Amino acid sequence: MKLLAVDTATEACSAALLIDDDVIARYQVAPREHTQLILPMCDALLSEAGITTAQLDAVAFGRGPGSFTGVRIAAGVAQGIAFAHDLPVLCISTLAVLAQQVVANKNATKVLACIDARMQEIYWAAYESDEQGMASLVGKEMVVPPANVQLPRGQGWHGAGSGWQSYTDILVQRMQGQLVAWDGALLPDARYMLRLAQQAYTRGEAVTADRAQPIYLRDKVANKPAKKPALSKH
Amino acid sequence: MLVLGVESSCDETGVALVDAHQGLIAHELYSQVELHAEYGGVVPELASRDHIRKTLPLIRQTLADAGKQATDISGISYTAGPGLMGALLVGASIARSLAWAWQVPAIGIHHMEGHLLAPMLEDSPPEFPFIALLVSGGHSMLVQVSGVGQYQILGESLDDAAGEAFDKTAKLLDLGYPGGPALAKLATQGNADAYHFPRPMTDRPGLDFSFSGLKTFALNTWQNSPQNEQARADIARAFQDAVVDTLAIKCRRALQQTNLRRLIVAGGVGANLHLRQKLKDDCKKLNAEVYYPRPEFCTDNGAMIAYAGMLRLQAGQVDDLAIRTRARWSLEELEVV
Repeated sequence: MKLLAVDTATEACSAALLIDDDVIARYQVAPREHTQLILPMCDALLSEAGITTAQLDAVAFGRGPGSFTGVRIAAGVAQGIAFAHDLPVLCISTLAVLAQQVVANKNATKVLACIDARMQEIYWAAYESDEQGMASLVGKEMVVPPANVQLPRGQGWHGAGSGWQSYTDILVQRMQGQLVAWDGALLPDARYMLRLAQQAYTRGEAVTADRAQPIYLRDKVANKPAKKPALSKH
Repeated sequence: MLVLGVESSCDETGVALVDAHQGLIAHELYSQVELHAEYGGVVPELASRDHIRKTLPLIRQTLADAGKQATDISGISYTAGPGLMGALLVGASIARSLAWAWQVPAIGIHHMEGHLLAPMLEDSPPEFPFIALLVSGGHSMLVQVSGVGQYQILGESLDDAAGEAFDKTAKLLDLGYPGGPALAKLATQGNADAYHFPRPMTDRPGLDFSFSGLKTFALNTWQNSPQNEQARADIARAFQDAVVDTLAIKCRRALQQTNLRRLIVAGGVGANLHLRQKLKDDCKKLNAEVYYPRPEFCTDNGAMIAYAGMLRLQAGQVDDLAIRTRARWSLEELEVV
């Protein structure tokens, strides 16, 4: 399978290409430079592999949660490439990508992925690895104040993501006795999206380019003004 | 050369196809005006969220309208700025990536260049050089246009744009949002002699505008009025007359100062009938010609971006693989074609 994955949801910008069993990838922490970097990264990967976008079987992107603008850049890139050649798209959770990184590298089986959502909230989800070593969502993803997170049962949890850095005290205290380690500097990397995307593809979760849409989790972004005319009628 | 153009700088998604020989082939527009109406103004985050839902379906529709396929497209242009950063990024990300995947050149276009070239899409386009009055909800400026990419800003608004002043005054008069067109309609029922509003910055030389004082003037006038329906219409009339007169005075000055004989008017306020009539009369006296795009191309659209893109791509100007956006960008910085 030939699969291209992109992620621009956080300060990290990354792209990865799966060609059957081979993986090549680019990753760079570069806040506000995602628009400059993402297509050159993709172009370099395809050139290295000696293929064109028309030869891809599918495209995957980090569909959020994360920076609204960042998530839309990845969605826009995935939409453009997928539309160009009528390719299927896999919309992969950035929290799942974080969890997969920990499962793959830290020999962990339980991960609490957490990204700082600003406005005193975090994006939060729990994952457990399955027999194939794939991070699998337990419960659901949410945006909540750190003091209100739903705590998982049991011990042996690993924390991952910027939320652990921003709210270390609150989260570590709440998880006392349940937590093995945490890494607040970990950012999602498209390299770890490939296997998740492949799995989603096999499960038949691919969508058309038009449906390659972000998941923001935070959906209330503006308040409607109170219904009061500027001038009263007499 | 067949160019696909994508516009997403504010609250309208526009897509069009322009051919070097056949001109405009197809265009589609999706307006978010209803989405933002209940908030009383454009909410940038909601605008971005809607653009990413609507852009691809519009591209698909535009290609279908024209009966064209991927292999027919020889280049893609998109609005790179100025505008709402989040909104610009959506169109830019999709358009730039699509061009990369199709292996065709791409170019980021200045939104206001699109507007001032829009009259070129009509049957009898103006020849260079000309004066352009760009008046919309986001901009008010007078530009001397000597050729594509040769723009000199002669004057611009120091505060509210003309369209913004229309919308804000309409809001004060309880005409909803965006109320500019409703205000213009109500003005036709107003008595021209009931009130007189100032013509800001016309008593001194120069071509800059200032419209923010007029809405305060409208509010004060209302508070001292009988506050009935007739007063509302009279104030709408007096306000519109003041904006139109001010714009006309500055256009006249710009034409006289530059010795040019052609004026083009673009941007949403360019659809205002009273402004069109006034400029037509004034230009006749000056022995000058006035040109407009069709009303649907006065407001934001993909056609003007596809057209500007076609001119620049034809001239060999091509962007690298960066997804280009600039929230602030002066017309005077553009490359000459």
